[in-house]
Amino acid sequence: MSILVNKSTKVITQGFTGAQGTFHTEQAIAYGTRMVGGVTPGKGGSLHLGLPVFDTVAQAREATGAEASVIYVPPAGAADAILEAIAAGIPLIVCITEGIPVQDMVRVRAALERSDSLLIGPNCPGIITPDECKIGIMPGPIHRRGHVGIVSRSGTLTYEAVAQTTAIGQGQSTCVGIGGDPVKGMDFTDVLERMIADPDTHSIVMIGEIGGTSEIDGAELIRASGTRKPVVGFIAGATAPPGRRMGHAGAVITGGHETASAKIEALREAGIHVAPSPAELGTTLARVLG
Amino acid sequence: MNIHEYQAKALLRSYGMPVPEGRAATTAAQAADAARALNAPVTVVKAQIHAGGRGAGHFAGKPEGKGGVRLARSMDEVSDAADAMLGEVLVTKQTGPMGRLVRTLYVESGCDIARELYFSMLVDRGTGQIVIVASPDGGMEIEEVAARTPERILKEYVDPAKGLCDYQSRDLAVRLGLTGREIRAFQNVVRSAYSAFTGLDAAIVEINPLVVTGSGDLLALDAKMAFDENALFRHPELAKLRDVHEEDPREREAAEYGLAYVGLDGNIGCMVNGAGLAMATMDIIKMEGEEPANFLDVGGGASKERVAAAFRILIGDPKVRGILVNIFGGIMRCDVIAEAIIAASHETGLNVPLVVRLAGTNVERGKALLAESGLTIIPADDLGDAARKIVSAVRNAGA
Repeated sequence: MSILVNKSTKVITQGFTGAQGTFHTEQAIAYGTRMVGGVTPGKGGSLHLGLPVFDTVAQAREATGAEASVIYVPPAGAADAILEAIAAGIPLIVCITEGIPVQDMVRVRAALERSDSLLIGPNCPGIITPDECKIGIMPGPIHRRGHVGIVSRSGTLTYEAVAQTTAIGQGQSTCVGIGGDPVKGMDFTDVLERMIADPDTHSIVMIGEIGGTSEIDGAELIRASGTRKPVVGFIAGATAPPGRRMGHAGAVITGGHETASAKIEALREAGIHVAPSPAELGTTLARVLG
Repeated sequence: MNIHEYQAKALLRSYGMPVPEGRAATTAAQAADAARALNAPVTVVKAQIHAGGRGAGHFAGKPEGKGGVRLARSMDEVSDAADAMLGEVLVTKQTGPMGRLVRTLYVESGCDIARELYFSMLVDRGTGQIVIVASPDGGMEIEEVAARTPERILKEYVDPAKGLCDYQSRDLAVRLGLTGREIRAFQNVVRSAYSAFTGLDAAIVEINPLVVTGSGDLLALDAKMAFDENALFRHPELAKLRDVHEEDPREREAAEYGLAYVGLDGNIGCMVNGAGLAMATMDIIKMEGEEPANFLDVGGGASKERVAAAFRILIGDPKVRGILVNIFGGIMRCDVIAEAIIAASHETGLNVPLVVRLAGTNVERGKALLAESGLTIIPADDLGDAARKIVSAVRNAGA
């Protein structure tokens, strides 16, 4: 068990024949992900990396029965690619693209809420269930099959959490990078409720950052669930000045609940073990697990 | 991207927003000409900088003097106000103690004010929808209103499927206490703001105050607009509104190389891949007792040129006493990063301690390259180790 993806998940790539789509699909195939094809408008009917290319997502879904799609389409067309995947009824959509205009994502969010599709991202590393399914740009070899669920807004901080949990002899059930944009698909609550319910996830690491209030919602969900699974948290950006955007479009403090200290306090109140530093995610988990 | 008040008003006017007559001026003579052309009983002379709180601010060296928004009742008063502001540094709550140099003024017709309202439009991240925020308490800082009297902050969300509906605006107008023809006037304000907001991919439209005049008209007395950087590619006409004088030159150089950089006040320069890890690296430097000099995310696919540019920016900052490079390679290969660091160190004549922590893809080859380079690079194994080493190197070098 794991959440959202496993070794049977059939995956297609949108933006398949581009440089990013090609490179990361090759990596996914090498990792063992069940890639079944891809979409590049105008190249339908050809083969790429030994897999069929389709002109539309609807055709790809019809022909392959794809259950997930990963999007490497450039920013100007990425929101449309997500909308196309939603229209084709793809259950899980993972959008890696960074730099999508916010108002495009407003339209995407509205379409998502009227559909049964789930979206991870955009501007995220993707999702991985170690040794089974890697969808996205994370380095495969740092992961190890295990029972720690990891959810994070940041890509490389997710890798940091993976490496540190692996270093203490644990492994990961599923790791989800939800992305750093202000308007996005799945949020902490959506991932956490699945990890809490997943029998294969025995503990959770959640990594947030300044800006927005979704970590506080996540903490509230954990508290209300009454879960006995240990949760370790970290919030990046304690040193960031208000009003300055720290790289991620969503990482800017615009109100009092959005600071690192307000979030850390909310996490602590929910019984989450907040790591004192980003170098102590693993050691904090080890201490909690005993 | 931020723009000036006079630019925002011109844009909003083109979308039908009622704004007072006004002209921009960069010299006192131009300001006088502008006032003459406006021919209003009262003229307002306003300093144009990318920061709020101008009226309540003061000019550098004159903490007791007048602020950056002044009323003038004669030509002489217009000239005096212009002379007092142009070329001077205006310090406000939002500029920080350094303040901002005033290069442009906006000369505007005064109006008689019956009421001051607050109005803004932005994307609400919680709902993922455009939200209209309004308050009957205009003219003050909206954060203070929100903190003191949250019930006086009114919100209306725009359903993306329906778009803005006029009835929502009229409903909001009534809740603001507007009556009679003010209601339709408010409906027009909201519609204009929405057209500009969606048509130009704005990040915010803020009108504070939106005034009701003695004759029952609505006027945008101040206006602030900022745009979504990610959407500028489809609005090339906005590029000419960028005022480079209002931007940090280091941040501008960084942006040219695709680097996300924010200058801070500490002495340890940081170069990291990924925004979250970059923030975490700043945090851990502070936990070890020093301050970061910057936030710098080199991004996912950093080339040798990008890493070199990042190094130049860090070394060019006179406050920087040491550099910490923290790379967790995913797509980015550590050997490529190592080569780029070595080349950039030679090119820039590195003269401060450099700690490098590499992890992830091809880490062993990256470390080997650094070790063989002959450079005095201090290698670190993990994030905690890296932070301790750079802090101790900077302290030893300073001792």
